[in-house]
Amino acid sequence: MSIAAYPDTWRRPPFIASATWRWAIYLGALAYLVVAAGAVDINWARLAEGVARAGRLFVGFLSPNFTARWSDIALGMEESLTMTVTSTVVGILVSLPVGVGAARNLAPLPVYLVCRAIVALSRSFQEVIVAILFVAMVGFGPLAGFLTLSFATVGFMAKLLAEDIEDIDPAQAEAIRSTGASWLQLVNYAVLPQVMPRLIGLCLYRVDINFRESAVVGIVGAGGIGATLNTALDRYEYDSAAAILIIIIVIVMAAEYASSFVRKGIG
Amino acid sequence: MPTARAADGASAWRRTTRAQDLLRWFAWLLLAALFVFSWNVMTKDTIWAFVRDAPAQAADIGGRMMPPRWSYIVQLSRPLWDTLSIATLGTLLAILLAVPVAFLAARNTTPSVMFVRPVALLIIVATRSINSLIWALLLVTVLGPGVLAGIIAIGLRSIGFVGKLLYEAIEEIDHAQVEAVVATGAAPAQVIDYAIVPQILPAFAGISVFRWDINIRESSVVGLVGAGGIGLNLEASLNTLAWSQVSLILLAILGTVLFSEWVSAKVRHAII
Repeated sequence: MSIAAYPDTWRRPPFIASATWRWAIYLGALAYLVVAAGAVDINWARLAEGVARAGRLFVGFLSPNFTARWSDIALGMEESLTMTVTSTVVGILVSLPVGVGAARNLAPLPVYLVCRAIVALSRSFQEVIVAILFVAMVGFGPLAGFLTLSFATVGFMAKLLAEDIEDIDPAQAEAIRSTGASWLQLVNYAVLPQVMPRLIGLCLYRVDINFRESAVVGIVGAGGIGATLNTALDRYEYDSAAAILIIIIVIVMAAEYASSFVRKGIG
Repeated sequence: MPTARAADGASAWRRTTRAQDLLRWFAWLLLAALFVFSWNVMTKDTIWAFVRDAPAQAADIGGRMMPPRWSYIVQLSRPLWDTLSIATLGTLLAILLAVPVAFLAARNTTPSVMFVRPVALLIIVATRSINSLIWALLLVTVLGPGVLAGIIAIGLRSIGFVGKLLYEAIEEIDHAQVEAVVATGAAPAQVIDYAIVPQILPAFAGISVFRWDINIRESSVVGLVGAGGIGLNLEASLNTLAWSQVSLILLAILGTVLFSEWVSAKVRHAII
Protein backbone atom coordinates (compact mmCIF):
# COMPACT_ATOMS: atom_id res chain seq x y z
CA MET A 1 0.00 0.00 0.00
CA SER A 2 1.41 3.36 -0.95
CA ILE A 3 1.69 6.11 1.64
CA ALA A 4 -0.96 8.26 -0.09
CA ALA A 5 -3.57 5.53 0.04
CA TYR A 6 -3.01 4.80 3.72
CA PRO A 7 -6.01 6.07 5.73
CA ASP A 8 -5.10 8.99 7.95
CA THR A 9 -8.48 9.51 9.58
CA TRP A 10 -10.27 7.18 11.98
CA ARG A 11 -13.93 6.30 11.75
CA ARG A 12 -15.55 4.30 14.46
CA PRO A 13 -16.89 0.90 13.44
CA PRO A 14 -20.66 0.83 12.90
CA PHE A 15 -22.94 -0.85 15.44
CA ILE A 16 -23.94 -3.53 12.93
CA ALA A 17 -20.84 -4.77 11.15
CA SER A 18 -22.29 -6.12 7.89
CA ALA A 19 -23.21 -3.27 5.51
CA THR A 20 -25.97 -5.26 3.80
CA TRP A 21 -27.63 -6.14 7.10
CA ARG A 22 -27.16 -2.61 8.35
CA TRP A 23 -28.97 -1.03 5.43
CA ALA A 24 -31.62 -3.75 5.34
CA ILE A 25 -32.40 -3.15 9.02
CA TYR A 26 -32.42 0.64 8.61
CA LEU A 27 -34.70 0.51 5.55
CA GLY A 28 -36.95 -2.10 7.17
CA ALA A 29 -37.29 0.02 10.30
CA LEU A 30 -38.06 3.10 8.20
CA ALA A 31 -40.69 1.26 6.15
CA TYR A 32 -42.27 -0.12 9.32
CA LEU A 33 -42.40 3.34 10.87
CA VAL A 34 -44.15 4.78 7.81
CA VAL A 35 -46.73 1.97 7.78
CA ALA A 36 -47.28 2.05 11.54
CA ALA A 37 -47.57 5.83 11.66
CA GLY A 38 -50.15 5.52 8.88
CA ALA A 39 -52.33 3.49 11.26
CA VAL A 40 -52.57 6.47 13.61
CA ASP A 41 -55.66 8.33 12.50
CA ILE A 42 -55.75 11.74 14.14
CA ASN A 43 -59.09 13.47 14.48
CA TRP A 44 -58.03 17.11 14.44
CA ALA A 45 -61.46 18.48 15.37
CA ARG A 46 -61.57 16.24 18.47
CA LEU A 47 -57.99 17.20 19.24
CA ALA A 48 -58.85 20.91 19.18
CA GLU A 49 -61.70 20.20 21.57
CA GLY A 50 -59.28 18.29 23.78
CA VAL A 51 -56.99 21.29 24.24
CA ALA A 52 -59.62 22.98 26.41
CA ARG A 53 -60.03 19.78 28.44
CA ALA A 54 -56.27 19.48 28.85
CA GLY A 55 -56.34 23.01 30.20
CA ARG A 56 -59.03 22.11 32.72
CA LEU A 57 -57.14 18.97 33.71
CA PHE A 58 -54.04 21.09 34.25
CA VAL A 59 -55.99 23.62 36.31
CA GLY A 60 -57.37 20.67 38.29
CA PHE A 61 -53.82 19.60 39.06
CA LEU A 62 -52.92 23.08 40.28
CA SER A 63 -55.93 23.11 42.61
CA PRO A 64 -56.67 19.48 43.54
CA ASN A 65 -59.90 19.00 45.46
CA PHE A 66 -59.46 16.46 48.25
CA THR A 67 -62.68 17.26 50.10
CA ALA A 68 -65.55 17.05 47.58
CA ARG A 69 -65.32 13.28 47.12
CA TRP A 70 -63.37 12.48 50.27
CA SER A 71 -65.59 9.58 51.41
CA ASP A 72 -65.27 7.92 47.96
CA ILE A 73 -61.51 8.52 47.90
CA ALA A 74 -61.10 7.18 51.45
CA LEU A 75 -63.06 4.02 50.62
CA GLY A 76 -61.07 3.52 47.40
CA MET A 77 -57.75 3.98 49.19
CA GLU A 78 -58.85 1.64 51.98
CA GLU A 79 -59.65 -1.05 49.41
CA SER A 80 -56.41 -0.46 47.50
CA LEU A 81 -54.21 -0.60 50.58
CA THR A 82 -55.86 -3.66 52.16
CA MET A 83 -55.80 -5.39 48.77
CA THR A 84 -52.08 -4.63 48.47
CA VAL A 85 -51.27 -6.12 51.89
CA THR A 86 -53.36 -9.28 51.60
CA SER A 87 -52.47 -10.08 48.00
CA THR A 88 -48.75 -9.56 48.62
CA VAL A 89 -48.78 -11.88 51.65
CA VAL A 90 -50.84 -14.62 49.99
CA GLY A 91 -49.06 -14.25 46.65
CA ILE A 92 -45.62 -14.60 48.25
CA LEU A 93 -46.69 -17.57 50.40
CA VAL A 94 -47.92 -19.40 47.31
CA SER A 95 -44.94 -18.33 45.21
CA LEU A 96 -42.37 -19.83 47.62
CA PRO A 97 -43.16 -23.52 46.87
CA VAL A 98 -43.75 -22.70 43.19
CA GLY A 99 -40.45 -20.85 43.00
CA VAL A 100 -38.53 -23.68 44.67
CA GLY A 101 -40.26 -26.12 42.33
CA ALA A 102 -39.33 -24.03 39.30
CA ALA A 103 -35.61 -24.13 40.16
CA ARG A 104 -33.95 -26.91 38.18
CA ASN A 105 -31.23 -27.55 40.79
CA LEU A 106 -33.74 -28.35 43.55
CA ALA A 107 -36.76 -29.91 41.85
CA PRO A 108 -37.17 -33.08 39.78
CA LEU A 109 -38.19 -32.59 36.15
CA PRO A 110 -41.99 -33.19 36.40
CA VAL A 111 -42.34 -30.74 39.31
CA TYR A 112 -40.12 -28.29 37.45
CA LEU A 113 -42.30 -28.39 34.34
CA VAL A 114 -45.56 -27.96 36.28
CA CYS A 115 -44.18 -25.00 38.23
CA ARG A 116 -42.75 -23.37 35.09
CA ALA A 117 -46.16 -23.74 33.43
CA ILE A 118 -47.82 -21.97 36.38
CA VAL A 119 -45.27 -19.16 36.12
CA ALA A 120 -45.77 -18.79 32.35
CA LEU A 121 -49.57 -18.76 32.68
CA SER A 122 -49.51 -16.13 35.41
CA ARG A 123 -47.08 -13.86 33.57
CA SER A 124 -48.69 -13.93 30.13
CA PHE A 125 -51.76 -11.88 30.93
CA GLN A 126 -51.88 -8.31 32.07
CA GLU A 127 -53.45 -7.90 35.54
CA VAL A 128 -56.51 -6.14 34.19
CA ILE A 129 -57.46 -9.06 31.94
CA VAL A 130 -57.13 -11.48 34.85
CA ALA A 131 -59.24 -9.08 36.92
CA ILE A 132 -62.03 -9.22 34.33
CA LEU A 133 -62.20 -12.99 34.66
CA PHE A 134 -62.13 -12.92 38.48
CA VAL A 135 -64.86 -10.27 38.56
CA ALA A 136 -66.99 -12.54 36.38
CA MET A 137 -66.41 -15.37 38.88
CA VAL A 138 -66.67 -13.80 42.36
CA GLY A 139 -68.55 -10.60 41.59
CA PHE A 140 -67.54 -6.93 41.86
CA GLY A 141 -65.42 -5.73 44.76
CA PRO A 142 -61.93 -5.88 46.22
CA LEU A 143 -61.97 -9.68 46.60
CA ALA A 144 -61.64 -10.00 42.81
CA GLY A 145 -58.76 -7.51 42.93
CA PHE A 146 -57.12 -9.48 45.74
CA LEU A 147 -57.33 -12.71 43.71
CA THR A 148 -55.93 -10.95 40.63
CA LEU A 149 -52.96 -9.42 42.40
CA SER A 150 -52.18 -12.66 44.27
CA PHE A 151 -52.21 -14.54 40.98
CA ALA A 152 -49.90 -12.00 39.34
CA THR A 153 -47.59 -11.99 42.38
CA VAL A 154 -47.13 -15.76 42.16
CA GLY A 155 -45.80 -15.60 38.59
CA PHE A 156 -43.50 -12.66 39.26
CA MET A 157 -42.02 -13.85 42.55
CA ALA A 158 -41.74 -17.51 41.58
CA LYS A 159 -39.87 -16.68 38.36
CA LEU A 160 -37.35 -14.38 40.03
CA LEU A 161 -36.95 -16.67 43.04
CA ALA A 162 -36.34 -19.69 40.79
CA GLU A 163 -33.70 -17.75 38.83
CA ASP A 164 -32.04 -16.75 42.09
CA ILE A 165 -32.00 -20.31 43.39
CA GLU A 166 -30.52 -21.55 40.13
CA ASP A 167 -27.74 -18.94 40.50
CA ILE A 168 -26.65 -19.89 44.03
CA ASP A 169 -23.11 -20.92 44.82
CA PRO A 170 -23.24 -24.74 44.51
CA ALA A 171 -20.23 -25.16 46.82
CA GLN A 172 -22.29 -24.17 49.84
CA ALA A 173 -25.09 -26.54 48.89
CA GLU A 174 -22.48 -29.28 48.44
CA ALA A 175 -21.04 -28.57 51.89
CA ILE A 176 -24.43 -28.82 53.59
CA ARG A 177 -25.32 -31.94 51.62
CA SER A 178 -22.09 -33.64 52.67
CA THR A 179 -23.10 -33.26 56.33
CA GLY A 180 -25.99 -35.62 55.57
CA ALA A 181 -28.66 -32.94 55.58
CA SER A 182 -32.16 -33.72 54.37
CA TRP A 183 -33.72 -31.83 51.45
CA LEU A 184 -35.53 -29.44 53.81
CA GLN A 185 -32.33 -28.80 55.77
CA LEU A 186 -30.54 -28.18 52.49
CA VAL A 187 -33.10 -25.53 51.55
CA ASN A 188 -33.02 -24.00 55.01
CA TYR A 189 -29.26 -23.85 55.55
CA ALA A 190 -27.74 -23.65 52.05
CA VAL A 191 -30.30 -22.03 49.75
CA LEU A 192 -32.29 -19.72 51.99
CA PRO A 193 -29.35 -17.69 53.40
CA GLN A 194 -28.07 -17.12 49.86
CA VAL A 195 -31.34 -15.92 48.33
CA MET A 196 -32.82 -14.20 51.41
CA PRO A 197 -31.46 -10.65 50.92
CA ARG A 198 -32.66 -10.47 47.33
CA LEU A 199 -35.92 -12.19 48.24
CA ILE A 200 -36.73 -9.51 50.81
CA GLY A 201 -35.89 -6.83 48.25
CA LEU A 202 -38.21 -8.48 45.72
CA CYS A 203 -41.03 -8.73 48.26
CA LEU A 204 -40.79 -5.01 48.96
CA TYR A 205 -40.67 -4.28 45.24
CA ARG A 206 -43.78 -6.39 44.76
CA VAL A 207 -45.63 -4.39 47.46
CA ASP A 208 -44.90 -1.39 45.29
CA ILE A 209 -46.15 -3.03 42.11
CA ASN A 210 -49.26 -4.42 43.78
CA PHE A 211 -50.23 -1.00 45.04
CA ARG A 212 -49.77 0.50 41.57
CA GLU A 213 -51.82 -2.28 40.00
CA SER A 214 -54.49 -2.04 42.68
CA ALA A 215 -55.08 1.45 41.34
CA VAL A 216 -56.12 0.12 37.94
CA VAL A 217 -58.01 -3.14 38.54
CA GLY A 218 -60.85 -0.93 39.77
CA ILE A 219 -61.44 0.21 36.20
CA VAL A 220 -62.94 -3.22 35.43
CA GLY A 221 -64.79 -3.42 38.75
CA ALA A 222 -62.30 -5.22 40.97
CA GLY A 223 -62.30 -2.60 43.72
CA GLY A 224 -59.73 -0.05 44.76
CA ILE A 225 -58.95 3.57 43.99
CA GLY A 226 -59.14 3.00 40.21
CA ALA A 227 -62.94 2.86 40.28
CA THR A 228 -63.06 6.19 42.10
CA LEU A 229 -60.67 7.72 39.59
CA ASN A 230 -62.66 6.40 36.65
CA THR A 231 -65.89 7.83 38.10
CA ALA A 232 -64.26 11.19 38.75
CA LEU A 233 -63.05 11.41 35.14
CA ASP A 234 -66.44 10.30 33.81
CA ARG A 235 -68.12 13.09 35.79
CA TYR A 236 -65.56 15.62 34.47
CA GLU A 237 -64.47 16.26 38.07
CA TYR A 238 -60.85 16.89 37.16
CA ASP A 239 -59.98 18.46 40.51
CA SER A 240 -61.01 15.28 42.36
CA ALA A 241 -59.20 13.14 39.75
CA ALA A 242 -56.07 15.24 40.27
CA ALA A 243 -56.35 14.73 44.03
CA ILE A 244 -56.53 10.94 43.55
CA LEU A 245 -53.54 10.94 41.20
CA ILE A 246 -51.51 13.02 43.64
CA ILE A 247 -52.34 10.60 46.48
CA ILE A 248 -51.28 7.64 44.29
CA ILE A 249 -47.98 9.30 43.34
CA VAL A 250 -47.19 10.26 46.93
CA ILE A 251 -47.90 6.74 48.25
CA VAL A 252 -45.84 5.11 45.49
CA MET A 253 -42.95 7.48 46.12
CA ALA A 254 -43.16 6.85 49.87
CA ALA A 255 -43.22 3.08 49.31
CA GLU A 256 -40.28 3.30 46.94
CA TYR A 257 -38.29 5.41 49.36
CA ALA A 258 -39.10 3.10 52.28
CA SER A 259 -38.19 -0.02 50.33
CA SER A 260 -34.87 1.41 49.11
CA PHE A 261 -34.14 2.34 52.73
CA VAL A 262 -34.86 -1.19 53.94
CA ARG A 263 -32.91 -2.74 51.06
CA LYS A 264 -29.88 -0.61 51.92
CA GLY A 265 -30.18 -1.87 55.50
CA ILE A 266 -30.15 -5.49 54.31
CA GLY A 267 -27.47 -5.20 51.64
CA MET B 1 -21.49 -17.29 68.10
CA PRO B 2 -25.10 -18.04 69.03
CA THR B 3 -25.32 -21.31 70.92
CA ALA B 4 -28.01 -23.38 72.62
CA ARG B 5 -27.85 -25.90 75.43
CA ALA B 6 -28.36 -29.39 74.12
CA ALA B 7 -30.04 -32.08 76.25
CA ASP B 8 -26.68 -33.40 77.50
CA GLY B 9 -25.60 -29.95 78.66
CA ALA B 10 -23.07 -29.29 75.89
CA SER B 11 -23.52 -26.11 73.87
CA ALA B 12 -24.49 -26.52 70.24
CA TRP B 13 -24.40 -24.11 67.33
CA ARG B 14 -27.56 -22.21 66.32
CA ARG B 15 -28.09 -19.84 63.44
CA THR B 16 -29.67 -17.07 65.51
CA THR B 17 -29.46 -15.73 69.07
CA ARG B 18 -32.42 -15.83 71.44
CA ALA B 19 -32.98 -12.07 71.04
CA GLN B 20 -32.98 -12.37 67.24
CA ASP B 21 -35.51 -15.19 67.52
CA LEU B 22 -37.84 -13.08 69.63
CA LEU B 23 -37.51 -10.11 67.32
CA ARG B 24 -38.33 -12.27 64.32
CA TRP B 25 -41.35 -13.83 65.94
CA PHE B 26 -42.59 -10.40 66.89
CA ALA B 27 -42.17 -9.14 63.31
CA TRP B 28 -44.05 -12.16 61.96
CA LEU B 29 -46.79 -11.63 64.53
CA LEU B 30 -47.16 -8.00 63.44
CA LEU B 31 -47.34 -9.04 59.81
CA ALA B 32 -49.97 -11.67 60.56
CA ALA B 33 -52.03 -9.15 62.54
CA LEU B 34 -51.78 -6.64 59.70
CA PHE B 35 -52.87 -9.32 57.25
CA VAL B 36 -55.90 -10.35 59.30
CA PHE B 37 -56.89 -6.74 59.85
CA SER B 38 -56.57 -5.93 56.11
CA TRP B 39 -58.46 -9.07 55.19
CA ASN B 40 -61.36 -8.15 57.47
CA VAL B 41 -61.54 -4.58 56.21
CA MET B 42 -61.29 -5.72 52.59
CA THR B 43 -63.99 -8.38 52.78
CA LYS B 44 -66.50 -6.52 54.94
CA ASP B 45 -68.73 -5.88 51.91
CA THR B 46 -68.05 -9.16 50.11
CA ILE B 47 -71.14 -11.15 49.20
CA TRP B 48 -69.99 -14.68 50.07
CA ALA B 49 -72.88 -16.29 48.21
CA PHE B 50 -71.30 -15.06 44.96
CA VAL B 51 -67.91 -16.39 46.05
CA ARG B 52 -69.29 -19.84 46.92
CA ASP B 53 -70.86 -19.78 43.49
CA ALA B 54 -67.49 -19.04 41.83
CA PRO B 55 -66.58 -22.60 40.73
CA ALA B 56 -69.97 -22.98 39.06
CA GLN B 57 -69.55 -19.55 37.44
CA ALA B 58 -66.07 -20.45 36.26
CA ALA B 59 -67.33 -23.70 34.76
CA ASP B 60 -70.17 -21.86 33.09
CA ILE B 61 -67.90 -19.21 31.55
CA GLY B 62 -65.40 -21.88 30.56
CA GLY B 63 -68.18 -23.74 28.81
CA ARG B 64 -69.26 -20.64 26.92
CA MET B 65 -65.66 -19.87 25.94
CA MET B 66 -65.25 -23.26 24.24
CA PRO B 67 -64.89 -23.56 21.36
CA PRO B 68 -63.43 -20.16 20.41
CA ARG B 69 -65.20 -18.51 17.49
CA TRP B 70 -62.34 -18.97 15.03
CA SER B 71 -64.01 -16.99 12.21
CA TYR B 72 -63.67 -13.86 14.39
CA ILE B 73 -59.91 -13.91 13.78
CA VAL B 74 -60.45 -12.05 10.48
CA GLN B 75 -61.77 -9.05 12.36
CA LEU B 76 -58.90 -9.28 14.86
CA SER B 77 -56.02 -8.83 12.41
CA ARG B 78 -56.30 -5.02 12.31
CA PRO B 79 -56.60 -4.58 16.12
CA LEU B 80 -53.63 -6.92 16.59
CA TRP B 81 -51.55 -4.80 14.19
CA ASP B 82 -52.70 -1.68 16.07
CA THR B 83 -51.66 -3.28 19.36
CA LEU B 84 -48.17 -3.95 17.98
CA SER B 85 -47.99 -0.38 16.64
CA ILE B 86 -49.04 1.10 19.98
CA ALA B 87 -46.33 -0.89 21.75
CA THR B 88 -43.59 -0.11 19.21
CA LEU B 89 -44.36 3.57 18.63
CA GLY B 90 -45.00 4.04 22.35
CA THR B 91 -41.60 2.54 23.14
CA LEU B 92 -39.95 4.79 20.53
CA LEU B 93 -41.64 7.84 22.04
CA ALA B 94 -40.51 6.76 25.49
CA ILE B 95 -36.91 6.34 24.28
CA LEU B 96 -36.90 9.79 22.65
CA LEU B 97 -38.13 11.39 25.88
CA ALA B 98 -36.20 9.19 28.33
CA VAL B 99 -32.69 9.57 26.86
CA PRO B 100 -32.34 13.29 27.66
CA VAL B 101 -33.97 12.75 31.07
CA ALA B 102 -31.49 9.95 31.82
CA PHE B 103 -28.51 12.14 30.93
CA LEU B 104 -29.89 14.91 33.13
CA ALA B 105 -30.47 12.44 35.99
CA ALA B 106 -27.09 10.67 35.92
CA ARG B 107 -24.75 12.11 38.54
CA ASN B 108 -21.79 12.20 36.14
CA THR B 109 -23.51 13.89 33.17
CA THR B 110 -26.09 16.20 34.75
CA PRO B 111 -25.41 19.93 34.37
CA SER B 112 -26.36 20.53 38.01
CA VAL B 113 -26.61 17.95 40.80
CA MET B 114 -28.40 20.51 42.97
CA PHE B 115 -31.13 21.74 40.62
CA VAL B 116 -31.49 19.68 37.41
CA ARG B 117 -31.00 16.19 38.86
CA PRO B 118 -33.91 16.28 41.35
CA VAL B 119 -36.26 17.48 38.58
CA ALA B 120 -35.17 14.64 36.28
CA LEU B 121 -35.56 12.11 39.11
CA LEU B 122 -39.02 13.47 39.87
CA ILE B 123 -40.03 13.00 36.22
CA ILE B 124 -38.75 9.42 36.37
CA VAL B 125 -40.63 8.57 39.58
CA ALA B 126 -43.86 10.37 38.67
CA THR B 127 -44.20 8.76 35.23
CA ARG B 128 -43.40 5.36 36.68
CA SER B 129 -45.93 5.53 39.49
CA ILE B 130 -48.91 6.13 37.19
CA ASN B 131 -50.02 2.97 35.41
CA SER B 132 -50.36 3.10 31.62
CA LEU B 133 -54.08 2.39 31.92
CA ILE B 134 -54.51 5.53 34.04
CA TRP B 135 -52.43 7.52 31.55
CA ALA B 136 -54.71 6.13 28.84
CA LEU B 137 -57.78 7.16 30.83
CA LEU B 138 -56.48 10.72 31.10
CA LEU B 139 -55.36 10.90 27.48
CA VAL B 140 -58.62 9.54 26.13
CA THR B 141 -60.32 12.39 27.98
CA VAL B 142 -57.99 14.88 26.36
CA LEU B 143 -57.29 13.46 22.89
CA GLY B 144 -60.40 11.40 22.35
CA PRO B 145 -60.46 7.64 21.83
CA GLY B 146 -57.98 6.14 19.40
CA VAL B 147 -54.54 4.70 18.84
CA LEU B 148 -52.81 8.04 19.47
CA ALA B 149 -53.94 8.14 23.11
CA GLY B 150 -52.62 4.59 23.54
CA ILE B 151 -49.24 5.40 22.04
CA ILE B 152 -48.76 8.45 24.24
CA ALA B 153 -50.00 6.59 27.33
CA ILE B 154 -47.51 3.76 26.76
CA GLY B 155 -44.79 6.28 25.96
CA LEU B 156 -45.30 8.35 29.11
CA ARG B 157 -45.50 5.30 31.36
CA SER B 158 -42.26 3.93 29.93
CA ILE B 159 -40.18 7.11 30.42
CA GLY B 160 -39.60 6.30 34.06
CA PHE B 161 -38.60 2.68 33.41
CA VAL B 162 -36.22 3.41 30.52
CA GLY B 163 -34.92 6.57 32.19
CA LYS B 164 -34.16 4.87 35.50
CA LEU B 165 -32.31 1.88 34.04
CA LEU B 166 -30.46 4.09 31.55
CA TYR B 167 -29.24 6.63 34.10
CA GLU B 168 -28.02 3.81 36.31
CA ALA B 169 -26.09 2.46 33.30
CA ILE B 170 -24.62 5.92 32.65
CA GLU B 171 -23.51 6.22 36.28
CA GLU B 172 -21.71 2.87 36.04
CA ILE B 173 -19.53 3.68 33.00
CA ASP B 174 -15.76 3.45 33.03
CA HIS B 175 -14.51 6.98 33.69
CA ALA B 176 -11.06 6.40 32.15
CA GLN B 177 -12.55 6.37 28.66
CA VAL B 178 -14.26 9.70 29.27
CA GLU B 179 -10.99 11.19 30.47
CA ALA B 180 -9.18 9.88 27.40
CA VAL B 181 -11.67 11.52 25.04
CA VAL B 182 -11.64 14.77 27.03
CA ALA B 183 -7.83 14.78 26.78
CA THR B 184 -8.06 14.93 22.97
CA GLY B 185 -9.82 18.28 23.33
CA ALA B 186 -13.31 17.00 22.53
CA ALA B 187 -16.34 19.22 23.06
CA PRO B 188 -18.94 18.07 25.67
CA ALA B 189 -21.24 16.73 22.93
CA GLN B 190 -18.30 14.80 21.43
CA VAL B 191 -17.47 13.37 24.86
CA ILE B 192 -21.01 12.02 25.13
CA ASP B 193 -20.90 10.73 21.55
CA TYR B 194 -17.50 9.02 21.68
CA ALA B 195 -16.94 8.16 25.36
CA ILE B 196 -20.34 7.59 26.97
CA VAL B 197 -22.68 6.38 24.21
CA PRO B 198 -20.53 3.43 23.09
CA GLN B 199 -20.36 2.23 26.70
CA ILE B 200 -24.10 2.33 27.34
CA LEU B 201 -25.27 1.21 23.88
CA PRO B 202 -25.62 -2.51 24.76
CA ALA B 203 -27.49 -1.71 27.98
CA PHE B 204 -29.64 0.76 26.07
CA ALA B 205 -30.60 -1.78 23.40
CA GLY B 206 -31.38 -4.38 26.05
CA ILE B 207 -33.54 -1.96 28.06
CA SER B 208 -35.44 -0.85 24.95
CA VAL B 209 -36.29 -4.37 23.84
CA PHE B 210 -37.21 -5.37 27.39
CA ARG B 211 -39.59 -2.44 27.68
CA TRP B 212 -41.05 -3.18 24.24
CA ASP B 213 -41.80 -6.69 25.45
CA ILE B 214 -43.60 -5.32 28.54
CA ASN B 215 -45.42 -2.75 26.41
CA ILE B 216 -46.96 -5.45 24.21
CA ARG B 217 -48.74 -6.72 27.32
CA GLU B 218 -49.76 -3.22 28.36
CA SER B 219 -51.00 -2.21 24.91
CA SER B 220 -53.34 -5.20 24.87
CA VAL B 221 -55.41 -3.58 27.64
CA VAL B 222 -55.30 0.17 26.97
CA GLY B 223 -58.20 -0.45 24.57
CA LEU B 224 -60.42 -1.22 27.57
CA VAL B 225 -60.62 2.50 28.24
CA GLY B 226 -60.81 3.40 24.55
CA ALA B 227 -57.16 3.88 23.63
CA GLY B 228 -57.08 1.52 20.62
CA GLY B 229 -55.75 -1.96 19.95
CA ILE B 230 -57.20 -5.36 20.72
CA GLY B 231 -58.53 -4.16 24.08
CA LEU B 232 -61.35 -2.41 22.20
CA ASN B 233 -62.56 -5.75 20.84
CA LEU B 234 -62.16 -7.34 24.26
CA GLU B 235 -64.32 -4.62 25.81
CA ALA B 236 -66.95 -4.98 23.07
CA SER B 237 -67.04 -8.78 23.36
CA LEU B 238 -67.28 -8.62 27.17
CA ASN B 239 -70.13 -6.13 27.02
CA THR B 240 -72.09 -8.40 24.70
CA LEU B 241 -71.14 -11.47 26.78
CA ALA B 242 -69.64 -13.04 23.63
CA TRP B 243 -67.39 -15.38 25.62
CA SER B 244 -66.43 -17.42 22.56
CA GLN B 245 -64.90 -14.23 21.11
CA VAL B 246 -63.27 -13.38 24.46
CA SER B 247 -61.47 -16.72 24.48
CA LEU B 248 -60.19 -16.15 20.93
CA ILE B 249 -58.97 -12.66 21.89
CA LEU B 250 -57.19 -14.09 24.95
CA LEU B 251 -55.53 -16.70 22.73
CA ALA B 252 -54.47 -13.97 20.27
CA ILE B 253 -52.98 -11.92 23.13
CA LEU B 254 -51.20 -15.00 24.47
CA GLY B 255 -49.73 -15.66 21.01
CA THR B 256 -48.55 -12.06 20.65
CA VAL B 257 -47.01 -12.04 24.12
CA LEU B 258 -45.15 -15.30 23.49
CA PHE B 259 -43.93 -13.95 20.13
CA SER B 260 -42.66 -10.71 21.69
CA GLU B 261 -41.00 -12.60 24.51
CA TRP B 262 -39.24 -14.80 21.97
CA VAL B 263 -38.08 -11.78 19.92
CA SER B 264 -36.89 -9.96 23.03
CA ALA B 265 -35.01 -13.01 24.33
CA LYS B 266 -33.35 -13.47 20.90
CA VAL B 267 -32.31 -9.83 20.62
CA ARG B 268 -31.01 -9.61 24.18
CA HIS B 269 -29.12 -12.86 23.68
CA ALA B 270 -27.54 -11.45 20.48
CA ILE B 271 -26.45 -8.27 22.30
CA ILE B 272 -25.02 -9.83 25.45
